Amino acid sequence: MKQVLKYREIEGKSTGFWILLGGLGALIALALGAVLYMEHEGHYVTGMSNQIVWGMPHVFAIFLIVTASGILNPASIGTVFGKTLYKPLGRLSALLAIAMLIGGLMVLVLDLGHPDRLIVAMTYYNFKSIFAWNIILYNGFLAVVAIYIWLMMERKMNKYYPAAGFIAFIWRLILTTGTGSIFGFLVARQAYDAALLAPMFVIMSFAYGLAVFILVLMAAYAWTKRPLGDAVLFRLKNLLGVFIASVLYFVAVYHLTNLYAAENSGVEHFILMDGGIYTKLFWIVQILLGSLLPLAMVYHPTIGKSRPAIATAAALVIIGGFAQLYVLLIGGQAYPLEMFPGYEVTSSFFDGQVNSYSPSIWEITLGVGGIATSLLMVTIAVRVLKFLPVSLEDAVVDPHAAKAD
Amino acid sequence: MSDTSKPMDPSRRQFISKTGAATGAAMIAPGVFLTTPAQAKPADQPVSNDKRWGILVDTNKCGNGCNACITACEEENGWGSANPSEDHSSPEQKAQWIRKVTIRDKATQHVTTLPLMCQHCENPPCVDVCPTGASFKREDGIVLVDKHICIGCRYCMMACPYKARSFVHEDLKDQKPWAPRGKGTVESCTMCVHRVDEDGTPACVEACNATAGGALRFGDLYDENSEISRELKQYGGKEIRADLNLNTGVRYRGI
Amino acid sequence: MSQTKLLWRLFALMIGTLLLLPVAATADDDDEDEKDPLPFSDLVVTEPAQRFSEETGCVAPESEMRRNHMKYILHQRDETMHEGIRTRQYSLEECINCHAVKDEQGEYVRVEDERHFCATCHTYASVKIDCFQCHSDVPVRASKLRKLQSGLAPHHPTEPFAGKLASETLQLLTNEDQAQ
Ligand code: SF4
Ligand code: SF4
Repeated sequence: MKQVLKYREIEGKSTGFWILLGGLGALIALALGAVLYMEHEGHYVTGMSNQIVWGMPHVFAIFLIVTASGILNPASIGTVFGKTLYKPLGRLSALLAIAMLIGGLMVLVLDLGHPDRLIVAMTYYNFKSIFAWNIILYNGFLAVVAIYIWLMMERKMNKYYPAAGFIAFIWRLILTTGTGSIFGFLVARQAYDAALLAPMFVIMSFAYGLAVFILVLMAAYAWTKRPLGDAVLFRLKNLLGVFIASVLYFVAVYHLTNLYAAENSGVEHFILMDGGIYTKLFWIVQILLGSLLPLAMVYHPTIGKSRPAIATAAALVIIGGFAQLYVLLIGGQAYPLEMFPGYEVTSSFFDGQVNSYSPSIWEITLGVGGIATSLLMVTIAVRVLKFLPVSLEDAVVDPHAAKAD
Repeated sequence: MSDTSKPMDPSRRQFISKTGAATGAAMIAPGVFLTTPAQAKPADQPVSNDKRWGILVDTNKCGNGCNACITACEEENGWGSANPSEDHSSPEQKAQWIRKVTIRDKATQHVTTLPLMCQHCENPPCVDVCPTGASFKREDGIVLVDKHICIGCRYCMMACPYKARSFVHEDLKDQKPWAPRGKGTVESCTMCVHRVDEDGTPACVEACNATAGGALRFGDLYDENSEISRELKQYGGKEIRADLNLNTGVRYRGI
Repeated sequence: MSQTKLLWRLFALMIGTLLLLPVAATADDDDEDEKDPLPFSDLVVTEPAQRFSEETGCVAPESEMRRNHMKYILHQRDETMHEGIRTRQYSLEECINCHAVKDEQGEYVRVEDERHFCATCHTYASVKIDCFQCHSDVPVRASKLRKLQSGLAPHHPTEPFAGKLASETLQLLTNEDQAQ
């Protein structure tokens, strides 16, 4: 028999639920404390400097923002490409997109030298700046996805939501391209001087977003004891495999083209061969743990069917993603700016020298607080509104499977 | 918004009559006259793009180990050794508006030193990326940070090819009135804009010519008769990272 | 309550607040103007060291300055910063030069001190001043202006010195330095 798809708020009465809320709240409180301290003292308490200008907060913020866009994938696939299996995931997917984006922006804003000038940031625009465009893109994204969610939830408006889904889909592609372009515009820095960065960010967003989505979905269904069928999960993990492989492909092309571009070969050599921590992070964490291992896991005929293994693979992709952004962002700055080709350079301002960076506890606390904010928003939202289907059993989500029964 | 036809600012006279009435103030210190040179821009006029200020560095005359320009800038603008309140920041975090860079040719082992600061690009990447417009280029080519609207995002520092910009990492005290600087904002060489507006010369150029090798030349790049233009025409001057096509206002000879 | 209604109300509330904010802000301003001809007249504000002119006293009538000094400073700020207009009537530097307050030891008080001209009202009204994170809150004494004097050299090192840099300020401070 065909079961109908129903959404319901989660109960939210268990001790586990309150512990989750309390834990996330505590992390956010810690992060706000760290921000107060950093802003009061000034950035000298962080590991960031005039050499490593952007640090850990930016790694977290960019991860969250990029993920926010990619996490909309299940919704887009359901709405834009009409795949019925993904339709029940649409609401959660859109909710996560909003939450992750807000978390990421929070981290970005709280790391500013003058977070108190948010009004300035909102009222003075330099329309030549890709950064300013991104601010508009982010706000627009929030609005578009919010409308999309509403259209999905309101029965009367249901017929319009595919249109909204389509706009959201286009919008978020532009958004991630924009985020990637933040680096693409830094022509002065050899590591970022590549047109490939923008599309690479889009693909990265797919992989990270899906990994986070799988984890959140599994956790939500396990903790609320709602049924989650293999049909959905296996489809998602196979898709994750495709995305991991695509990221790997882009990473390979990116590094190969950089190797061939003579002016960028120095920084390539640095990242790939003798960059110390960055080289290790690249090969061991990003490539081995974050790409090859999860790829093998999701496609393995038996391991790929085990739920703990799928969850582990998703978690590894996330860790690999952090490593990738760290190598790109911090590693790219650690390598000295090349101003005098063919010369050995020294100065009181650390010219010609590999810069060191050790992130402070404050920066990391702020970043973790951003993640906690996203998760807290999701937790509360699924408690008060109907985001989660009561059941994602095969019979509910997959009409063909249902017929076969 | 600027009203160029407004009458001469009365305050100038007012302040003079209040303070210097007794002496007449023809000369307030040896060598310093209160006469206004004919070509100087009146205080109430905006700067125009008839001029483009530039500095030419002759690295052949720049002494290895000489720091006259750096010290002069520190004292003029109140950073580094001239502002002890910046004492929590690590050397990597301390602001440096201008620095001496030593370069050794890997092939010939020839060593050259040169001062490096904001190059006052005609097409400045820092200005292009700044989200609020706090980084901007004046009509006369001087690139500045409007610290009133700088939010401290440091995107401009990421974009500058010369690492010319610094972020202030802590609370500062005792800034110079003509060179405001403070926590949470980005700063860089201003080409001593407060002096230039009063028809003066940047402190580094002055110090180099007064006490050291005379390696620095300041002037209007658009005026073919200015000393800097004549020297550039005669001997040429290179841009650092010319491949980026930034058309810098600071040029180097001998590299 | 249905899901969408709840969503709608939240949304309406947010928009409503955003729209009302500026209205509330401007409403505040208007009242004050009418009531008090000279705001803060019950505070003891230190007299400036000198007057700008006999008729107006300060650079604009005092009641105007008390209400709108920030507008003058803001306008001047943008002109000076972006266009290099360096008239001195409304410059913050000159405000400080005239209004600086000294303590018993003859030292200028800093802005953290309530006797500081700006701090007197601002502390009372608890309006945070952002200026002095970057700007100097006291005049710089003439001895420190040594550099400026030589900074009056024109662009050619060979030409004689000729300049007009803030000479009035320089004069004021020189006198003061000698008086000490
Ligand atoms: S040198 Fe750097 S800071 Fe100066 S104008 Fe060029 S890009 Fe901007
Ligand atoms: S740090 Fe300030 S000047 Fe630099 S880009 Fe950001 S807002 Fe602009």
